Amino acid sequence: MAHDAASHGGTGNTELVRVATSEHRLARYGLIGLALCFVGLFLVLPLAAVFTEAMRNGPGEFFTVLSDPETFSAIRLTLIVAGIAVPLNLVFGIAAAWAIAKFEFKGKAFLTTLIDLPFSVSPVISGMVFILLFGSHSLIGPWLQSHGIQILFAVPGIVLATVFVTFPFVARELIPLMQEQGTSDEEAALSLGASGWQTFWYVTLPNIKWGLLYGVLLCNARAMGEFGAVSVVSGHIRGLTNTMPLQVEILYNEYNFVAAFAVATLLALLALVTLVLKSLLEMKYSEQIAASRRH
Amino acid sequence: MTARTASLWQFRQPSVIPGFGLALGVTLSWLILIILIPLSGLAWRSSALGWPTFWALATDQRTVNALRISFGTAFAAALVNVVFGVILAWVLVRYRFPGKRVIDAMVDLPFALPTAVAGIALTTLYAPNGWIGSLLAPLGIKIAFTPIGIVFALIFVGLPFVVRTVQPIMEEIDKEVEEAAATLGANRFQTIRRVLLPGLAPAVLTGFALAFARGVGEYGSVIFIAGNLPYISEIAPLLIVIRLEEFNYPAATAIAAVMLVISFAMLLIINTIQAWSRRRYGYGA
Amino acid sequence: MEVRVQNIRKEFSRFPALNDVSLDIRSGELIALLGPSGSGKTTLLRLIAGLESPTEGTVYFGNEDASRKTVQQRNIGFVFQHYALFRHMTVLDNVSFGLTIRPAGRRPSKADIRKRALELLDLVQLSGLEKRYPAQLSGGQRQRVALARAMAVEPNVLLLDEPFGALDAQVRKELRRWLREIHDRTGHTTVFVTHDQDEALELADRVVVMSKGKIEQIGTPDEIYDTPNSPFVFGFIGQSNILPVRVENGQLWLDDRSIGVSATGEADGPAQLYFRPHDIELLDGCGGCIAGIVTVTRRVAGTRHVELDIGATHSKVEIELPPEKVTSDHSRIAFRPTRWKLFRN
Ligand SMILES: Nc1ncnc2c1ncn2[C@@H]1O[C@H](COP(=O)(O)OP(=O)(O)O)[C@@H](O)[C@H]1O
Ligand SMILES: [Mg+2]
Repeated sequence: MAHDAASHGGTGNTELVRVATSEHRLARYGLIGLALCFVGLFLVLPLAAVFTEAMRNGPGEFFTVLSDPETFSAIRLTLIVAGIAVPLNLVFGIAAAWAIAKFEFKGKAFLTTLIDLPFSVSPVISGMVFILLFGSHSLIGPWLQSHGIQILFAVPGIVLATVFVTFPFVARELIPLMQEQGTSDEEAALSLGASGWQTFWYVTLPNIKWGLLYGVLLCNARAMGEFGAVSVVSGHIRGLTNTMPLQVEILYNEYNFVAAFAVATLLALLALVTLVLKSLLEMKYSEQIAASRRH
Repeated sequence: MTARTASLWQFRQPSVIPGFGLALGVTLSWLILIILIPLSGLAWRSSALGWPTFWALATDQRTVNALRISFGTAFAAALVNVVFGVILAWVLVRYRFPGKRVIDAMVDLPFALPTAVAGIALTTLYAPNGWIGSLLAPLGIKIAFTPIGIVFALIFVGLPFVVRTVQPIMEEIDKEVEEAAATLGANRFQTIRRVLLPGLAPAVLTGFALAFARGVGEYGSVIFIAGNLPYISEIAPLLIVIRLEEFNYPAATAIAAVMLVISFAMLLIINTIQAWSRRRYGYGA
Repeated sequence: MEVRVQNIRKEFSRFPALNDVSLDIRSGELIALLGPSGSGKTTLLRLIAGLESPTEGTVYFGNEDASRKTVQQRNIGFVFQHYALFRHMTVLDNVSFGLTIRPAGRRPSKADIRKRALELLDLVQLSGLEKRYPAQLSGGQRQRVALARAMAVEPNVLLLDEPFGALDAQVRKELRRWLREIHDRTGHTTVFVTHDQDEALELADRVVVMSKGKIEQIGTPDEIYDTPNSPFVFGFIGQSNILPVRVENGQLWLDDRSIGVSATGEADGPAQLYFRPHDIELLDGCGGCIAGIVTVTRRVAGTRHVELDIGATHSKVEIELPPEKVTSDHSRIAFRPTRWKLFRN
């Protein structure tokens, strides 16, 4: 920190000088204290509560809950949904970033805005649009029904809602990164006789791999944790269409708190792993991860 | 002449890089299939209601209250987040203290923690018999199952938006600008209030808008702590869910349409302010 | 105001950026700190401003010890290389800033502040641009705003850190003259930092040449140019040639030959002969001269630059000749320095 006392290595009257670009010692401590309290109250305590509540009746009950078949099926469904949604959005993200970052065309800014659209739509509405689309009142609803195709209150609907919600994650991580890197590497590869796919595979992909991983990480966290959108389309059929977050809700509403928090613990662990990996990526590969850190 | 007109109206600038057609094709198909068709379905459904019906549904007292609660609590939470988010970002950018790395990483917790988990955790803390709630209950302060509880949940959800928007801009502050203010005689407080904070305003505004937009639509973390009393602590997304469960699709559609229109209008206003700021001051966020 | 820097030492985590520097700045003078990058110019300027604190030594403003004062209390004007303007304020607000933040007792009225700011903008020739924002100005205009802003507080001393460093050559030249004019009109004691010798020599009343955290020489531009007192200054200012010579009986010898230059009073032994390319006379014959073979000739504006290969050591020397003197490559030229200096290791 350029502004810290330690960087003024001199033994002179540094406190006199520090008034130029830093606060009084007391103000500093006060602000740090305030920030720590806020983080403790709003971030650390809730996390601690999850683990504590899950272990309230000891680890025995914790593990009994986790070995319940319903829990197991919720975990399985969550993995399936994320396993479909994330790769789909990964392919989309790369395609969108390739088109937007490597080419100049009319309507590019508008396209970028459209890609960000799901961020400004309530998760509940994200789920609801699929009910309006595929429900029995809709245009294609009756047709789907007569052909025995089940989308709503089944895995396809959950996947669709999840894809909708996690749609922008990979793309918006890659676009600024690839824009920054420009096109000269690709042009060099092409001029040396590489094919388009070779150029992508051997030149572009190595350049963006850490940014890509970063986007996938965030996309996956959201895909596994999505609640509102999935809740609307899932129908809450126990053992069938409950993802882990939905299972948490059901257990909690049944006052089965320990079980709810036990499942929540798994999701919290997922969040912690995500955070650790994310921090590691930011620390080691900050230049290879796009500047845009918001979501 | 024709060649010239053609280049004027060219859709894209020529490039030796291949794959434009494929990439744009995939992008547009996916965008249309996943986002645009479903959203336009909503638009079509709400316009099919007809204006009188739509107006009646949108101005239903329970709906109005739910919208008011959603926007009001999101606004309050975004304000709190602006204050503490800026302080937190400042502390993270400017000071050195033990555990800073961890705190910095923790700021993203709300992005990573599923909202349902956050919801039950916050409820456990702030319910009258909870960790913090039980301390406040004797003082007559009730947080969970009131609109204040909603605000608390939305503070949790929105915090990283403010911090992560403001932090990079703070990191880029030119130290010489602060020194210039000091050489002109400004004390530290004056420098912060009159030089640094105004410079951060576009970023703060963006962070506020993002936190606010997210808060308005938030569902998972709120429903557990809100108490969900109609007219009092029932948020708009929850009312949508209730209407959907009643198969009252017109009402759900109307609420959703109002929420979307207000949210998009907000974003449009913010973007306009940003563009204006960039034109005028040469910086935005 | 007179500013005295006394035996200043400044370390950055053990690394001495300034080592025992003393300097008297006279009231009302325009003084240049000149030196290569990293020589400690900025550090010295920031110490005077109070933006850094010395490891040892004292800074006096007049007779007052300024070391105990914060930067705010010193009432100085500082102009940064990259302007450091307040982006969200208009030009007028930038210039007024130092006055508007004064405590109520010392603050002029709103109207007076505005009047003073407009006067200053007039002085820096930016009238009519007061409503603009910094982003809407060119680099040169921004730097003039920065100068007006610094002068608004009637500073005890005006400190400029490479004020024209970020501007292109043409604008630099214009602003240079213009800064001198402003200085002559306002009479502020002014210290400016530069690594551009032309700027320092053209602009300053006195030049302080710095190298590696030390002051090498202080003097008027003429003194610095004509009588450099160290090999560093000789080499750093203007162009120079260096030849290894010997002193014997008050005569200078190159290899085994006297060059016809007498150095009376110099002790015998090896030495380095420094002279400038234009301080020479051409000779026809060579009884006591330096002779060399032409390797390259270049026409530079009004003179002809000739590079010579000299003696057994093949030392390279560049001399300036009148343009009408045409020389061909590999021809022989004999000359003798008319103004020179000897340095010993
Ligand atoms: N804040 C600092 N921390 C550590 N070293 C510094 C700092 N400021 C300057 N230095 C070092 O001090 C020396 C002098 O720097 P400076 O005064 O900026 O030189 P100049 O302005 O002549 O280019 C340089 O070697 C520089 O690296
Ligand atoms: Mg410097």
